[in-house]
Amino acid sequence: MTFTLPDLPYAYDALQPYMSKETLEFHHDKHHKAYVDTGNNLLKGSELEGKSVEEIVKASYGKNQPLFNNAGQHYNHIHFWQWMKPNGGGAIPGSIEKRIESDLGGVEKFKADFVQAGIGQFGSGWAWLAVKNGKLEIMKTPNGENPLVHGAEPILGVDVWEHSYYIDYRNRRPDYLKAFIENLVNWEHVEEMLSKTA
Amino acid sequence: MAHYHRRALLAGATALTFAASIRQASAQAAPAGPYKLDPLPYPANANEPHIDAKTMEIHHGRHHQAYVTNLNAALKEHADLAKKPLHELLASLDQVPQSVRTAIRNNGGGHANHAMFWQIMGGKGGEPGGELKAAIDRDLGGFEAMKKAFNTAGAGRFGSGWVFVTVDKAGKLAITSKPNQDTPLMDGERVLFGNDVWEHAYYLTYQNRRPDYLAAWWNVVDWSKVSERFAAAKAGTLTI
Repeated sequence: MTFTLPDLPYAYDALQPYMSKETLEFHHDKHHKAYVDTGNNLLKGSELEGKSVEEIVKASYGKNQPLFNNAGQHYNHIHFWQWMKPNGGGAIPGSIEKRIESDLGGVEKFKADFVQAGIGQFGSGWAWLAVKNGKLEIMKTPNGENPLVHGAEPILGVDVWEHSYYIDYRNRRPDYLKAFIENLVNWEHVEEMLSKTA
Repeated sequence: MAHYHRRALLAGATALTFAASIRQASAQAAPAGPYKLDPLPYPANANEPHIDAKTMEIHHGRHHQAYVTNLNAALKEHADLAKKPLHELLASLDQVPQSVRTAIRNNGGGHANHAMFWQIMGGKGGEPGGELKAAIDRDLGGFEAMKKAFNTAGAGRFGSGWVFVTVDKAGKLAITSKPNQDTPLMDGERVLFGNDVWEHAYYLTYQNRRPDYLAAWWNVVDWSKVSERFAAAKAGTLTI
């Protein structure tokens, strides 16, 4: 058992009305659990068994697609739960705001570009705020991919697979993305990840 | 054939569906363009309980409408491309200017896939007969083996996409799967029928249980429509 499903760091109904209890129950208990279980089955007996999720993501990319899909999604969801909190959003901590000003043209532009990255990821995938070569960068990736396999370190990500918002927002992905950035982001976790980047 | 079909459907549209399409058009502020969203060829609840009416309404009136709107927008400055039949446009994406290639691939594919999808549902399931049955027996190992392989391909499509049975001019069938809104039309092939495995196709009823959706979907296939497409493919008149 290399991967384990973490508990949600808040109650299932804690993110309402922006993300429903029902969405979190399916998303965490079914989707994330399936990535964990499938990933563990694929790891059984492989040389990557017991390695860290980051190492497995990087080592399986382009080499073992089924394992990469599930390892990538496990990594993405571990952080996704922590990137949200009740009464989230609000003021961005100074240390991050400064970097957003210098690297991304200001907070309003960052928010608009982040939302646009999520809208523009056709099909399933993620939009990211990541650190690459010492600078903040907005990225988007398909399916289970993430910035780790593109030479970058993610510090914030939003899931734009339809399962992340379909119960609450149906086809209205832009509304979901705006609610995420304005009302759900746990900036303390973003700050913590930023502080650990190279 | 697709153009004739579109006009016939519009001419036969009831006042109700006409009003619905006007509402959709104004809600989406669709720019003028060569492509239009046909009304569903049956009521939105026609596929219940296997596909719920709300899913059908959003899938057709929102998702498919968005593909049509965005396809028209991508073609706005490209009158030459707008004149091409959709199956030809999708088969020659390499000749499309890079500035609109992705938009046409995604939204043109989305329009072609969904136009096919509505057409072949609204039925009562069961099994096809005649020449189509013979082709399935010959190329896909029989009806049950086809369903199993098709469902496995659909369940194995990680992320968003489609699973298809393709047909060539000789009537030869094959199962394939594509990501996002890609279609075998982009390989110059023809689609006999296909199922949408984007989560929006099933999430309101089935949530994470895609295999259950794939298994239930066969109950709404209209094999008479699929047989018409089979005959058209062999006659060389099947487009999207």
